[in-house]
Amino acid sequence: MTLLDQFQKTLLASGLPDWAAYLVPALMGVILIVAVSLTLVIIFIWWERRLLGRFQLRLGPNRCGPEGILQPVATGLKLLLKEDIVPAKADKILHFLAPIVVFVPVLMIFAVVPVSDGAILANLNVGIIYVVAISSISTIGIFMAAWGSSNKFALISGMRTVAQMVSYELPVVLSLVGVVLVAGSFSMLSIVQSQSIPFILVMPLGCVIFFLGCLAEMNRSPFDLLEADSEIVAGYHTEYSGMKFAMFFMGEYGVALAYSTVITTLFLGGWSGPLLPPVIWFLIKVVLVFSFTVWMRATLPRLRVDQLMAFAWKGLLPMAVINLIIIAIEVLVVPASMLWVMVILNFAFAAALVLLWSRLFTLGGGRVEV
Amino acid sequence: MPDLVFYLLAAIALVASIAVIMVRDIFRAALCLIVLFMSVAGFFLLLHADFLAIVQILIYVGAISILIIVAVMLTRDARQGYPLDNYKYVAGAVGILLLAAIAYGILNTSFVNFGGAPPEQTIQPIGQALFGSGYVLPVEIAAVLLLSAILGAIAVLRDK
Repeated sequence: MTLLDQFQKTLLASGLPDWAAYLVPALMGVILIVAVSLTLVIIFIWWERRLLGRFQLRLGPNRCGPEGILQPVATGLKLLLKEDIVPAKADKILHFLAPIVVFVPVLMIFAVVPVSDGAILANLNVGIIYVVAISSISTIGIFMAAWGSSNKFALISGMRTVAQMVSYELPVVLSLVGVVLVAGSFSMLSIVQSQSIPFILVMPLGCVIFFLGCLAEMNRSPFDLLEADSEIVAGYHTEYSGMKFAMFFMGEYGVALAYSTVITTLFLGGWSGPLLPPVIWFLIKVVLVFSFTVWMRATLPRLRVDQLMAFAWKGLLPMAVINLIIIAIEVLVVPASMLWVMVILNFAFAAALVLLWSRLFTLGGGRVEV
Repeated sequence: MPDLVFYLLAAIALVASIAVIMVRDIFRAALCLIVLFMSVAGFFLLLHADFLAIVQILIYVGAISILIIVAVMLTRDARQGYPLDNYKYVAGAVGILLLAAIAYGILNTSFVNFGGAPPEQTIQPIGQALFGSGYVLPVEIAAVLLLSAILGAIAVLRDK
């Protein structure tokens, strides 16, 4: 029973008409999601820029407001005031709709993320599959932008999107199945509740695969090929300016934030933690995961297209399958009360598999030899 | 309230499906098809079939429509539509025949209303039905069939 459900019950009992009792909590949920996630996105943009600055031995934006916290606001204002240019040959409708189609699914992910016990907008019993399904809609938005702007760079970016999304969705889903097997449920609430030991320890390899797959799905370095600025200008949003570009920008950080919350929920034990209130623990973990992605962005060079494909199909996918089989056997053999046995076993298996695969992939001389 | 939502979804589905046929631009037609898929997912949700709804979005919106869009991107003159007008009458006849067959099937089926309350859990019963009792063999055969189809496609396309 979530808070919104209870609210709806009291509304129904208080004699409001049916439709109002359905609509009011739903609208409240939507407003809550938009407000909280957009605020967090703005803070995360600032956090990433500051952090990247430190990683690159510079200060980062620190002029606007205390510690530069108002910099994203200034950026937003600048984008609002910019002229909105639509190419003459663009498909106007698609060009207009694309940022919305990219942005809305991102917000919808937050509906199933539990912030603390019971504090979830919709406790679906298909929680995880919902996340995977909804996030795949964003791909269509990227496509619409790529096709609608009649720009060859955008189109190349669109093609790369398919390749990347289709390839990396497989390992992501396979590593999710491991989580579902151990937790015994698709619901995000029960997954958090079943983590007496955080799943990052129970299935380290699954966590790493999921994290890398997510990095690819949220188009962040080292997998940001669809907006590789040294090759295809800005990819699918080359022809976008002003507020529409801002929507893409926010959508990108929104996805990063959304996947950080999902990783927190699935692998880091969600809101659970000692002493501090659950929401604080949740936020700490989310910021940690996000900072880790920033760290990777600052450290690793961008992959080439063939390397990207090879990494997904020859690296992550077989490992994910083996990982899934191992976990499935362990769930059958190891009793649920002895999760620590799985911790030891899986760390051993993860080390063995990673070593094995690093022998298969020899990185050097700019090419992957397999 | 559910009635209102149903009519809204039905309107969207009808408009989208008509648009899929009428729109000249194939890319836009593909996008209309996606809207249609989504409204079907909405129907599943109305019927309390949450798992089916999500799978509908995952498979049809997330995978099949992307396949269609990629195919559209690889066609020439996608904006002018596909020049198949000389098959107009044949296609029309086949379409009407198909529509008649489907309408006949629907009209002659007595749909039984599931009386009780919708089940709280949908995934466990589906999983049990598919893998627990009786349907394991068909499911596994379907899996092997799909795999062999994929391998076959790769074998056909591969450079000799």
